[in-house]
Amino acid sequence: MLATVIGFAYQIADTFAFLVLASVGLAIIFGMMGVINLAHGEFIMCGAYLTVLTARAGLPLPVAMLLGALVAGVIGMLLEYFVIRRLYARLFDSIVATWAVSLIATQGMLIVVGPSIEGLKTPFGSFELAGLSFSWYRVLLPIVALAILGGIYWIFIRTQFGVHARATIQDPAMARALGVDTDRVYALTFGLGSALAGLTGALYAPTMTTVPTMGSAFIVQSFVTVVVGGADVLLGAAPAAALLAFIQSLLTASYGQLIGQMGLLITVIVVVRMLPKGLSGWMLRRSE
Amino acid sequence: MKKRPPALSTALLVAVIAAATAPALAADPVKIGLLEDQSGNFAIAVIPKIQATQLAIEEINAKGGILGRQIKLTHYDTQSDNTRFQEFARRLIQQDKVDVIFGAFSSASREAIRPIMDRGKQLYFYNNQYEGGVCDANVFVTGAVPEQQFSTLIPWMMQKYGKKVYTIAADYNFGQISAEWVRNIVKQNGGTMAGEEFIPLSVSQFSQTIQNIQKAKPDVLVTLLVGANQASFYEQQASANLSVPMASSVNVGQAYEHKRFKAPALKDMYVTANYIEEIDSPASNDFKKRFHAKFPDAPYINQEAANAYNVVYLYKAAVEKAKSTDMKAVRKALESGDICTDGPSGKVCIDPKSHHQSHTIYLVHVKADHSVEIPKVWDDIKPYWLGEVGCDLSKKDDFSQYTPSSPPKK
Repeated sequence: MLATVIGFAYQIADTFAFLVLASVGLAIIFGMMGVINLAHGEFIMCGAYLTVLTARAGLPLPVAMLLGALVAGVIGMLLEYFVIRRLYARLFDSIVATWAVSLIATQGMLIVVGPSIEGLKTPFGSFELAGLSFSWYRVLLPIVALAILGGIYWIFIRTQFGVHARATIQDPAMARALGVDTDRVYALTFGLGSALAGLTGALYAPTMTTVPTMGSAFIVQSFVTVVVGGADVLLGAAPAAALLAFIQSLLTASYGQLIGQMGLLITVIVVVRMLPKGLSGWMLRRSE
Repeated sequence: MKKRPPALSTALLVAVIAAATAPALAADPVKIGLLEDQSGNFAIAVIPKIQATQLAIEEINAKGGILGRQIKLTHYDTQSDNTRFQEFARRLIQQDKVDVIFGAFSSASREAIRPIMDRGKQLYFYNNQYEGGVCDANVFVTGAVPEQQFSTLIPWMMQKYGKKVYTIAADYNFGQISAEWVRNIVKQNGGTMAGEEFIPLSVSQFSQTIQNIQKAKPDVLVTLLVGANQASFYEQQASANLSVPMASSVNVGQAYEHKRFKAPALKDMYVTANYIEEIDSPASNDFKKRFHAKFPDAPYINQEAANAYNVVYLYKAAVEKAKSTDMKAVRKALESGDICTDGPSGKVCIDPKSHHQSHTIYLVHVKADHSVEIPKVWDDIKPYWLGEVGCDLSKKDDFSQYTPSSPPKK
C-alpha cells in the first residue's frame, strides 16, 4: 500500500516536472508574444548538446547547464533579431519560419556533429523507499521546475522588465508612446523563452540520449501543456501541468504507456472544447 | 554556337554517339537502389549500413564490377519516415528502373514498401535483423531472425539468471511479434512472464515502466526498444538502480548503446548479434580495416553494417550465377542453395525455401565498464522456422508475413 502511494506520488511529480520544463520556454514565447515557436524543441536540443559537450570537456555540471541555457538564450535573441522580428502579427508566416529553423537545426546538427554523442551519467545516485528504488536526480527535477515557475513569476510581476513586458504585450503602441523600448522587450522576452528551453535541455541531458532529434521528445508535451494552460502563462502553466500529470500517471500506471499518451491528448481535446481559453482563461473568468 | 567550326562540332557529335553506343550493353551499369534512413529517429543505426553498402560497391567496382559491368548506386534518404519509403520505392522502380533494391531499417518501413515491391515484381533485399516470418517471393532477407536470436538467447538467460521474464518492447509490428516469440520460448522452457509492456516510439520518459518492473521483480528483463527516444531507458533505469540483467535482440548490435552511454547504464546487457565491431577474428579485423580506411570517422561498425555489406556480395554471386541481372533469373540463382559469401562474421548462405540467411550468432555480454565479452558463439544457425511451418518459396510463391500464432495454412 505504502509502495503504491509513494510510487504514484513520485510518478505524478516526475511527469509534472517534465511537462512544466518542456513547456515554460514555449509558454513565454507563445503566451507573451503570440509567436508559435516550432523551433522550441531545437532550443532544448541546443541546451542539451552544450551541457553534454562542455561537461565532458571538464566543466562542472551546474556550470555546463547554465552555459547551455545562456547560449540557447543568445541564439534565441539572434533569431528574434534576424527572423522573428519581421514576422510579428503574421502568425502563419512565423510558424513556417520557425519550422524551417527547426529543420535546419536538426539536419545541421546531424551533419556537423553526427547522429549521436556520448551522454552523461545521471548524478546523485539512487535511494530505496518502501521496496522501490528511485533516482535522486529525478526527485530534484520537480523542485527545480517549481523554482523556475517562481522565478518567472518574480520576473514578470516584480521587475521593471516584467512591467514593460506586460505593457508591451497588452498594447505595444501605448507602451512605445510611454517610452518603453518595445523592440528590446521583444528580444529579451524571446531570449528568456529560448534560455528556459535551453535550461530544460540541460536539465534532461544527463537522463536522455543526446541526438539531433531529441527536441521532438518534448514538443508534443510542451504544446499540450501550453494549450491546456491557456493564454496567461503565469497562471496557467502549473495547474495545467498538475492536471495533465495526474491524468497521465494514473492511466500509465493502470493501462500502460500507450493509454497514458492517449489520455494526455484526449484531455487536450476536451479542455479546448470546453474551455477555449484554457485553464487560465477559466480561472480569470471565475475571479471576475 | 554558330561560330564553332563545323569540324569540331562533327567530332563532338561522333564522340557523343560513340560514347553512347560503342561499348553498349557491356558497359551498362548494374543499377542498385538503396532506401536507408540517413536522418531521423533511426539514423544512428542506419548510417553504418549506408557506409558498408558503399564500401562493398567500391570494392566490387575496383575489381571490375559484376559481369564486367560497374555498379551504379542510387541512394535516397528515407528520413525514418514510412511515406518517404513508399515514395522513393516507387521512384526507384518506375523512374530509375533499378535492377535490385536494398535497405530499410524498421519493420514498419519494410511492410510499407513490401506491397510496392510485390506489385512491381521488384527484387528486394531487406538487410536488417527483424521479427521474422516474411515469406515473400520477391524479398530476400540477410538479417537475423528470432529462431537465430531468441531461441539461443532466452534459454541461456533463463538458465543463468532464473525463469521469471519481463518484456518491454517497442509498440509496433517488430516489438509485438518479437514479444510473442519471447513469450513462447519462455513457456517452452518452463518459465513465467512477470510482465509485458509495449511502448510507443515517441516515449522517452520511463519512470513508470521502471517502477512496474521493480514491483514485478523479474529475473531477466527483455528490452526490445527501438529508436533514439526509447534509448533513454538505459540511463534512467541505471539512475533508479533497477539492476535486473537485460537481454535483447536489437541493442548494442544496432545503435551501439554501450559506446553512447556512460558506464554502467548497460551493465549486464546480453545481446545475440550476428556481428559487432568487437569481434576479434581475421575476417572481422580485415573488414574493420577496410571500413576505417574508407570512413576514418565512423563511430561504430554495427551488426546491420555487416548485413548490408553481405547483401552486395550475395547479389553479385547470384547475378554471376544467373549470368544476367534479369530479376527472375537472379531469383532462381538465389534459390539454387549455393549462393554464399564470406562476410565479416564468416561464411553465410541464402536458404532457398525461406529466402533468409544463415548466421553465426555471438552472445555479447556488456560488462560494468561497458567493455564486452563473448561468452558463447553459435555457429551457422539456419533460418529454419519458416521452412518448418510450410513456407517453401522455391516451390510456391507467397507474399505474406507469418507469426507463431498465425502460421501458413496447410
